[in-house]
Amino acid sequence: MSKPHAIIIGAGFTGTATAHDLALRGFDVTVIERGDLCNGTSGRTHGLLHSGGRYAVKDQESAIECIDENNILRKIVPQVIEPNGGLFIALNESDLQYGEAFIEGCEACHIPLEELKPGEALRLEPNINPKLLTAFLIPDGTFDPLRLALSFAATAKKNGAKFRTYTEVKSLIVDGKGNVVGVNVMDRRLNKSQEWRADIVVNATGAWAGEITEMAGAHVPVKPTPGVMVAYEQRFIQRAINRLNKPGDGDIVLPQRRMVVVGTTSFEIDNLDYVPVLENHAKLMLERGAELIPAIANAKMRGKYMATRPLIGAGEGRSAARTFKCYDHKETDNVDGLVTITGGKATTLRAMAEKTADVVCSKLGIKAACMTKEVPLISYRRYYTMPN
Amino acid sequence: MSETKWNIILKIYRQKENEAPHYSEYKMEVDPDEYVLDAVERVWAFMDRSLCFRHACHHSTCGACGMRVNGVEKLTCITYIRDVTQDGATLKVEPLRNFPVISDLAVDMGSLYCRMDSVGARPVLPVTEAEIENPSNKWNPEDAKYIRLSDCIECGLCISACPSAATSSGYLGPAVLAGAQANGLKHDPALLELVDSEDGVWRCHSAFECTAVCPSFVDPARRIMNLRTQIVSERLSRLFRRKS
Repeated sequence: MSKPHAIIIGAGFTGTATAHDLALRGFDVTVIERGDLCNGTSGRTHGLLHSGGRYAVKDQESAIECIDENNILRKIVPQVIEPNGGLFIALNESDLQYGEAFIEGCEACHIPLEELKPGEALRLEPNINPKLLTAFLIPDGTFDPLRLALSFAATAKKNGAKFRTYTEVKSLIVDGKGNVVGVNVMDRRLNKSQEWRADIVVNATGAWAGEITEMAGAHVPVKPTPGVMVAYEQRFIQRAINRLNKPGDGDIVLPQRRMVVVGTTSFEIDNLDYVPVLENHAKLMLERGAELIPAIANAKMRGKYMATRPLIGAGEGRSAARTFKCYDHKETDNVDGLVTITGGKATTLRAMAEKTADVVCSKLGIKAACMTKEVPLISYRRYYTMPN
Repeated sequence: MSETKWNIILKIYRQKENEAPHYSEYKMEVDPDEYVLDAVERVWAFMDRSLCFRHACHHSTCGACGMRVNGVEKLTCITYIRDVTQDGATLKVEPLRNFPVISDLAVDMGSLYCRMDSVGARPVLPVTEAEIENPSNKWNPEDAKYIRLSDCIECGLCISACPSAATSSGYLGPAVLAGAQANGLKHDPALLELVDSEDGVWRCHSAFECTAVCPSFVDPARRIMNLRTQIVSERLSRLFRRKS
């Protein structure tokens, strides 16, 4: 029997991770991406390898996903991770009060934490706000966004997956019964239309998921929610520094190469393809970042940018759950042949791929176990050096 | 951002497979405090969906958006429009040199990635090896356990700017030799034959263009000079080892 053919639309985090998972499970995989890898949300991710601490109080399902996946990614792809941990620091009474719920939440979600006295925290991170009242050490990390996706893509490619970049999906091919059987694409390198057929089409377009499902008359409740980040030209810290309080604007500062990056905000938009970086949001990052690390106030700005989160489910902005969901459109809209994976966050990309591949396998009646928890990823550089 | 708006002409190099290269011009209103990449992305979003270019992180950590801006290699995500043109002027954007063009501004950097792997250039390394000259980052021995992403973002600007790279497609090139230098011949003696060769350090003619365009503080030219010193010292010590 010939291999089942899966088309994955989108080569961001979920698309590349799903390609890796399905290739390991014996699928013939074609990834279609309108630009190069990670040109949308994934490439512009803040880069925090979440310990789950951020969600341990209000969104424990996400928190548990984060700590589990954090441990797996450290093992399978250490070549793109700064694994140095993180601090949650309290600067006022409200932060201290939140600390009690934080300890309980982390314990409930098996996130290891250690409380540090202000002096101990300052010894580890001399540039954090010296007025801190307490600090918790947790296993956060940071990663290079593009190279994380490239590592999954390279390994998928080694196992036979094909990547068709600069190729934009124009419409879905639908059979007489309204089911999806392939995609019509425009190859932007050749300015030529092409038609690709598959046993299953996976919509891994994140914030853009609604634009793809609409082509088949299906629906996903995804709310594109951008946030602004600002990078500064000095590496003040070795760890992720988080404000010990409920998630808010500009409450995470990350080290990355010779920079620190402050993020983020949360707003709504109409046009997904170009989102301006709002100046008042960038200014807020400077103010909020300097509360955590005072030297940021005088640091040289390196770059300001934005990324659009694909939020799903109930709640607005910050209160929306950060977990992910895989939709089988046979169940949601009576459209067979199309599966959408969206929501979630970079840290949970592997788990999102596992869930999607499980749904795909069960739809096609294929029995194949997920292997991605164990298989180490190859050098991200191999993505560019292997023939397609 | 400022309240000021500039009207510029973005003149972009275009090349599709089996087509002759040409330039397309786009009249645009821009904020001088935007980045060049913002203007290129807006051309794609609102004016011409066929335009191909690479970009990912938009804050100089991924190295995808290297282009030639008015003839000079730039990481376009951190290059202010204000710094490279003026109101009413034309801003020319072209793909990097010394790499095959995939389409328009996107080039195939496979050769660079392949060579980075061949010299074992480390994508992450202990922070204590990062050579940051900054008084607030004095290292304690225990800091060696902290790992960070290396400075080189493999953007290819140095390869594009290098006059020697233009003369030989086999030349390892500045980023790759810098990666070898950071590993060190003492640490990886197998590198010696690879870098002590016609297409290794001796192809470099000390133009220092690589260091001039490097957006990521790697200083490849200094590293190539240091690698030459390492090679001479390694050759001499091998000579004496053989005699004794």
